[in-house]
Amino acid sequence: MSLVVDPLQYEFFVRALAASILVGLVCAVVGTYMVLRGLAFMGDALSHAAFPGVVAAYLLKAPFHVGAAIAAIGTALAIGWITRRGRLRSDTTIGVLFAGMFALGVFLFSTIQNYVGDLFGFLFGEVLGISGTDLAAVAVLSVLVLGTVTVLWKELLYSTFDPLAAAASGLPVAALEYLFLGLIALTIVISLQAVGIILVVAMLVTPAATAQLVADRFSRLMAIAIAVGTLAPIAGLYLSFWTNTASGALIVLVETAAFLVALALGPRTGLLRARRRTTSA
Amino acid sequence: MSAPVPATDPTLGAVRHHEPPGDPGAHEHGRDVGSIDGAPVSVHLTDVAVGYEDRPVLEDLDLVLAAGSLTAIVGPNGGGKSTLLKLIAGLLAPWTGSIEVLGGPPGRYARSVAYVPQAEAVDWSFPVAARDVVMMGRFPRLGPLRRPGAGDHAAVSAALEQVGMAELAGRQIGALSGGQRRRVFLARALAAKPDLYLLDEPVTGVDHATHVDLMAVLDAEARAGKTVIASTHDLASAAHHFRSIVAINRTIVAHGDADLVLDPDVLLRTYGGHLLFLGDRAVLLDDAHHHDEAPGGEVHHHEDGGGAGRRRS
Repeated sequence: MSLVVDPLQYEFFVRALAASILVGLVCAVVGTYMVLRGLAFMGDALSHAAFPGVVAAYLLKAPFHVGAAIAAIGTALAIGWITRRGRLRSDTTIGVLFAGMFALGVFLFSTIQNYVGDLFGFLFGEVLGISGTDLAAVAVLSVLVLGTVTVLWKELLYSTFDPLAAAASGLPVAALEYLFLGLIALTIVISLQAVGIILVVAMLVTPAATAQLVADRFSRLMAIAIAVGTLAPIAGLYLSFWTNTASGALIVLVETAAFLVALALGPRTGLLRARRRTTSA
Repeated sequence: MSAPVPATDPTLGAVRHHEPPGDPGAHEHGRDVGSIDGAPVSVHLTDVAVGYEDRPVLEDLDLVLAAGSLTAIVGPNGGGKSTLLKLIAGLLAPWTGSIEVLGGPPGRYARSVAYVPQAEAVDWSFPVAARDVVMMGRFPRLGPLRRPGAGDHAAVSAALEQVGMAELAGRQIGALSGGQRRRVFLARALAAKPDLYLLDEPVTGVDHATHVDLMAVLDAEARAGKTVIASTHDLASAAHHFRSIVAINRTIVAHGDADLVLDPDVLLRTYGGHLLFLGDRAVLLDDAHHHDEAPGGEVHHHEDGGGAGRRRS
């Protein structure tokens, strides 16, 4: 019992819990649409693309949220624009810009002479060190992203499922696509401190992927993704606290474990079901 | 880009009206449209060319279709059937020429247009049930923020009933047969209560009962004054179930009533070397290996033997 209650005496732990639950919620909601749209790779790219923004903000002593948001949203729009214009597949464009932006971040990082532990936190996540101000920023951005999805859930769903029919019936499909890329970018900004650039993609993709294994209706898919996305940070943070190990990594590991359980037990892909079929045959 | 004044110059982007603008019957819902034999013009293409990147697909298109028409678009693979539907749907912008749909440029009255893509364009593993798909037809008129209400649920149920899918409404779409999937997509179009139906291969690969049912629904919609335009591979279906035919192969080869497809000359110009004459019967060799060849009107012969493809008559 005290194992559960004790950590709550620490303000930093409560802040970290609040931040990572919010991050898990936003990532699950945005990630559900992202997975259905086949944009998992885009999530990985935008998180890496945020890195030069974070470093530049550090150099200019600006808030890191602003730098990360500019870099990620800028890259998202550039990917959308180049893909629509050029004759490149979107995954090709993503590959080019993703590596280019991350290289820019590493270059800027290498220009800093003294040791900057803060910046390593953005690579692997350091949610236990989140400040009250940063938590407030996470809360505001979360409300912005969740509010947008709440208003446009139908339009996003229709344009994801059948973009041609949606466009023909008057939905602004191209604008919705850009808006959604912007939402992914903002979600990544929100998530940077909790899990870091390298692991954000797991927060976005794994809850929705887990849900896809067990649900075949959109509303259930979203509900399960949210459940995984908000419960995993709680479990992950406690595990991290008890064992004094990396919090971001543990959150992602808990989600990965949930995915593997769903894979084993899921009604369609379940390994158990497959075995039952072979034994009965 | 509205066209309140009839223009004679197509480069102005306006449409040439077949009737004087004073005709009171031409003013429906405040839209200024021309008319043919009293029926308002629904779709009007003037000297249109379009393509992908720098490759032209369709050229010199002139086409007028009236409200209430039930039109099949026929032609070879790669001949531009889907492209023509996308042009009218406003999904592709023409390179040149002007298009007027329901009295405005494509897209202006989009909520009155229902487009149904080819079955191949749909992700059937998507986590939605038949009922959810049909409800999507209601989304554009709902707009953001408003949730589907009783009226929308009633419209969805009615549409599902109309296509005979009420029983299976709760089933995930991937668990439906090919014919049932086409029924669901037609139901989505019905639920949108459009004035113009644009259907890409709505009856391709479906069983006979579904074919007859779906065409009966579309026939009734056309008789109620809606415009129905569907592409099809199936010339027999086109002749039996549609009232007008547009034969295309890179351009409009012919446009006329349903027995047009029985005219060997039209068939030869539409399908070129893919056509085989056996006595007085024309047999179409549906030659999937040879799209994107044969510019319109050109007759050429494939001599690669083997009688590639399935036969249709």
